Amino acid sequence: MNTTNTPSNAVPKSGRDTQAIAAAATSSTRPLYWSVRRELWENRYVYVAPLAVAVLFLFGHLIGMIHLPAQMRQLSGVDSEKYREAILQPYDIAAAFMMGAYILVTLFYCSEALHGERRDRSILLWKSLPVSDLTTVMAKASIPFVVLPLLTFAITLVLQFLMLLMSSAVLLASGTSVASVWTHLPVFQMSLLLLYHIMTAHALWPAPVYCWLLLVSGWARRAAFLWAALPVLAIAGVEKIAFHTQHFVTLIGRRLIGDTQLVAYTSPDIFPTDPMTHITPAPFLLSPSLWIGLVVAVAFLAAAVRLRRHQGPV
Amino acid sequence: MPCIEARGLRKAFGTTIALDGVDLSVEDGRILGIIGPNGAGKTTALNAMLGLTPYQGELRVLGRDPWTERDRLMRDVCFIADVAVLPRWIRVSQALDYVAGVHPRFDRAKAEGFLAKTSIQRASKVRQLSKGMVTQLHLALVMAIDARLLVLDEPTLGLDILYRKQFYDSLLNDYFDRNRTIIVTTHQVEEIQHVFTDLIFINRGRIVFSCSMEEIESRYMEVMVHPDRVTAARALKPMYERQVFGRPVLLFDRTDRQQLAPLGEVRTPSVADLFVAVMGNQAGPAQGAV
Repeated sequence: MNTTNTPSNAVPKSGRDTQAIAAAATSSTRPLYWSVRRELWENRYVYVAPLAVAVLFLFGHLIGMIHLPAQMRQLSGVDSEKYREAILQPYDIAAAFMMGAYILVTLFYCSEALHGERRDRSILLWKSLPVSDLTTVMAKASIPFVVLPLLTFAITLVLQFLMLLMSSAVLLASGTSVASVWTHLPVFQMSLLLLYHIMTAHALWPAPVYCWLLLVSGWARRAAFLWAALPVLAIAGVEKIAFHTQHFVTLIGRRLIGDTQLVAYTSPDIFPTDPMTHITPAPFLLSPSLWIGLVVAVAFLAAAVRLRRHQGPV
Repeated sequence: MPCIEARGLRKAFGTTIALDGVDLSVEDGRILGIIGPNGAGKTTALNAMLGLTPYQGELRVLGRDPWTERDRLMRDVCFIADVAVLPRWIRVSQALDYVAGVHPRFDRAKAEGFLAKTSIQRASKVRQLSKGMVTQLHLALVMAIDARLLVLDEPTLGLDILYRKQFYDSLLNDYFDRNRTIIVTTHQVEEIQHVFTDLIFINRGRIVFSCSMEEIESRYMEVMVHPDRVTAARALKPMYERQVFGRPVLLFDRTDRQQLAPLGEVRTPSVADLFVAVMGNQAGPAQGAV
């Protein structure tokens, strides 16, 4: 992430208006761009952790492939649906691991994001530069909502592709046909489904949880994660004692893990023959709970921006 | 339009009053020293000017409201709040990249030029640099910004004397010109009093003394009085008296030099002595100084 050359400030000389517009655009996007860069310099785990998970998984897959030729011979008798499911399974597991890494990194990042700069006093440096609190908070929010989803998507794709190459090589070496594996893997649909799944189930749907953590990280003097979790525990406890219900915990849990019914599949126990037919974005995108969640998330972010204005070193 | 204009600036933290009605006007091209005991309100005053803290009263810095326009104001204002605010994880090259990326008035070549005079490596992380080097880096970043106002809050705290001297030398030789305004707070007054054009003493949230350095030279005189002339000297109503090596040293405000000369050796007091005199009088009944 280390570059010494910076993009130049040059603007087209076609007219004063274009220049002014370009200057205005650069002046608002450049601080955001560099603020995101600085998040990645500071928090290298944002990309190191998913990469490490992918490498480890690939290593595991490599060892597991000892059994692959035998497994394929066993599968030759079963019907097409089961066959397909068996072929797809390792790729789904790979994706699931990457999602897990994404959630963990995001939770950790969000509960640190606005705390680290106050702890090491560097907030006084950042605030001495012409970067608004809004830009800073947006740059920090872009990590869980833009950088990590896209990164997770890209790494998962590469991981699955490498797995496929490795499997093919092993099968070829053992004299088994590769063609059936390739025809049963709808690569393009799988990647679209993956991107959709990441953006909906892991970015938009749990947005209020991530933004709550961001907000608390800007408020807590220490142990931000604890302060973020305590109210949840307290509300759940009161609810349980007072009303013998646990709606609040269920609500938070659903936000964190995702609401599978809304997000993608019509029925989780039948694996889709064509993944694309089972993407039903409309009910998800039209569901009030998604939009309520997003409104709450934006409110938390707005509060985080206001809060940062008042905050100094802890 | 003055660079800084404050009227009735107030700030309270709970029941503690940090700023108690500060009126201040700083013209362009001045170097203002703000001196005061710990907890006097210096940093609070600076923080208000830098948009780091909300306040009551009127405050304009370069014609802007610092609290609502901090990010816009920071294009024309630089500050070093503390020597230890550069994050330990950042590389020197990244710090240059970042400031060049976000600051429209940053001259990267100039910063590189300052760094070339030091032993700071581009690939080093801040955590690998000594405290003096971190200050040099921060100063190189700040001096390469074409700002109209530079605010330094205890910029040399914890540095050894060599770095302190270097710091102020580069500030004066390479940075200051008549178009810029500099505000400095420090406890090491002696080292930089020759740099100031104006001086403010602040105590318990109030400005207790405000004077230009020229005025100090013409107004205040310190006399190491001959032991046998002490009574005569005291009759001239000194604003402060102290003992040095058992001899009384009396500080006078607006007293005729002709009258003082026969009493002993007359000289201009140091800022530190003036500070002690003003603060000493603050403790007792207020007199003399504004």
